[in-house]
Amino acid sequence: MPARLALARATSEVAIEMIERLQTYLPRLVLSPSFVLILLFVYGFIVFTGYLSMSDSRMLPSFGFVGLENFGKLFNLRHWSIALKNLAIFGILYIVICTVIGLGLAILLDMKIRGEGVLRPIYLYPMALSFIVTGTAWKWFLDPGIGLEHVMHLWGWESFSFNWIKSREMAIYTVVIAAVWQSSGFVMAMFLAGLRGIDNEILKAAQIDGASNWQLYRRIVIPMLRPAFLSAFVVLAHLAIKAYDLVIALTNGGPGRATELPATFMYSYSFTRNQMGIGASSAVIMLMMIASIIIPYLYSELREKKS
Amino acid sequence: MSAASKDTALRTGAIARAVIYSVLIVFAVFYLLPLFVMLVNSVKPLDEIRQGNMLAFPQAFTIEPWIQAWGEAQIGVQPTGLKPYFVNSLVMVIPAVAISTFLGAINGYVLTKWQFPGHRIVFGLMLFSCFIPFQIVLIPMARILGLLDLAGTTSGLVLVHVVYGLGFTTLFFRNYYDAFPTELIRAATIDGAGFFRIFRRILLPSSGPIIVVTVIWQFTNVWNDFLFGASFADFDSQPMTVALNNLVSSSTGVKEYNVHFAGAILAALPTLIVYVVSGRYFVRGLMAGAVKG
Repeated sequence: MPARLALARATSEVAIEMIERLQTYLPRLVLSPSFVLILLFVYGFIVFTGYLSMSDSRMLPSFGFVGLENFGKLFNLRHWSIALKNLAIFGILYIVICTVIGLGLAILLDMKIRGEGVLRPIYLYPMALSFIVTGTAWKWFLDPGIGLEHVMHLWGWESFSFNWIKSREMAIYTVVIAAVWQSSGFVMAMFLAGLRGIDNEILKAAQIDGASNWQLYRRIVIPMLRPAFLSAFVVLAHLAIKAYDLVIALTNGGPGRATELPATFMYSYSFTRNQMGIGASSAVIMLMMIASIIIPYLYSELREKKS
Repeated sequence: MSAASKDTALRTGAIARAVIYSVLIVFAVFYLLPLFVMLVNSVKPLDEIRQGNMLAFPQAFTIEPWIQAWGEAQIGVQPTGLKPYFVNSLVMVIPAVAISTFLGAINGYVLTKWQFPGHRIVFGLMLFSCFIPFQIVLIPMARILGLLDLAGTTSGLVLVHVVYGLGFTTLFFRNYYDAFPTELIRAATIDGAGFFRIFRRILLPSSGPIIVVTVIWQFTNVWNDFLFGASFADFDSQPMTVALNNLVSSSTGVKEYNVHFAGAILAALPTLIVYVVSGRYFVRGLMAGAVKG
């Protein structure tokens, strides 16, 4: 009898201990499915693609190791240099123009504008659309046969010509137009939030000291928007490197290869041209580009938060 | 002086004001132009677009292009219109958003209120996953979906969207719960409340705003996705964006611009409605996605 009692007590102690231990491990247990998914589907896949980039894969993944051969081939391909050059043109213009328009609109909207409540949503709604929708709209609007050029001719401006979307040299700039249309309102919202966070008393003090509006912005407001500039840059740069849908819908990489970007290059080499090794190596380069922007940013953000 | 302290410090003259308003209105026109072009030309007969002015209101009003785009246009093999693809997108979006939001909430809760050694690294790894170019996962993902027998299915797409949405949903909830007073949790623990009970009774009831932000963000992202849909879907599981692109870029036959525009608006409608109804939350989501940590 006492033996049983002791046993019962012992088991209940064990049970309590187990519950307590469960309580300490439960949170980790609950988090683990998500974390395992991320480890596998993000980091595992990165390793896998990384290996493929050093393999002799063509139509299907294959595991014959060829070292850095694919990267060598990649950087000798004219197709890839076109994609990189286009990314440079597109990325720089996209980031600069979005920032200028976004900052300009935010500053103007911040001047006690009547109707701000109507204007702001108009500037921002493109961000809610799919790039495929944006691409469709701009594709036909910029089409010389039925779009803008045609409209200008009908309005009597016979010599007006705007056929960028059909031109090998200029088509990449139409991608910039459509992308700026889609994202600049969002950049405006980021700057507006920054502007609203600036204490008016500082501005007033400067004004009492005799600063002009221009000086006020140059010397005080814009330097104080530094975090907003940084966020806008990071978001825009990573969107530019990832840009895929818009090009597919707007120009499908053409005319010819004139609007090919790394993302479209990766897709066609991996899945339609049976050069999976080279496709994988281009994906690795894309990841490295994004990581070189995002990792320092996240690192500084998380560290600031800690201190 | 003190009464005016909420005003901006800037003084602007009448001419400057006029210039400011003109610039703002010009940009409003720029942003509205494509939407206007799509709307106006989606209710014109094809001849009127070809010969007429794209920026003019329709002379002969017709809803035929909408009927075509929705139920009759040739996409792929069958003349089904966009309707089945719209349904595909819905069937994909709803579970993907629900699952990733739920997991994000739980993860955010653990990462703020039940911190364990290494929680920072776990969060950092999840956060970085928000930004990877998806090209880096396309090839292995195609293989895994094949192995799991999910290739070309809506369930496969749901899995993909849950996995690559987790980083953002976790980030949203983590930042939100971070500001939630830990004392309340501690008090509840002393009262004997367990892990799930605290979550259900204390955190969830006050999570309304962040749930709305997360649902809107995920809904917009998943609905608008093209890359995964184009890579992993079959004809019978293709989402709306892929079908729209097939409709617009198909090179056979006459280009029916009016049908394309109607289709584009159909594809944009769900996210536009969400934006109009809850724009405030939409913007908050965008900002939370941009300003991390």
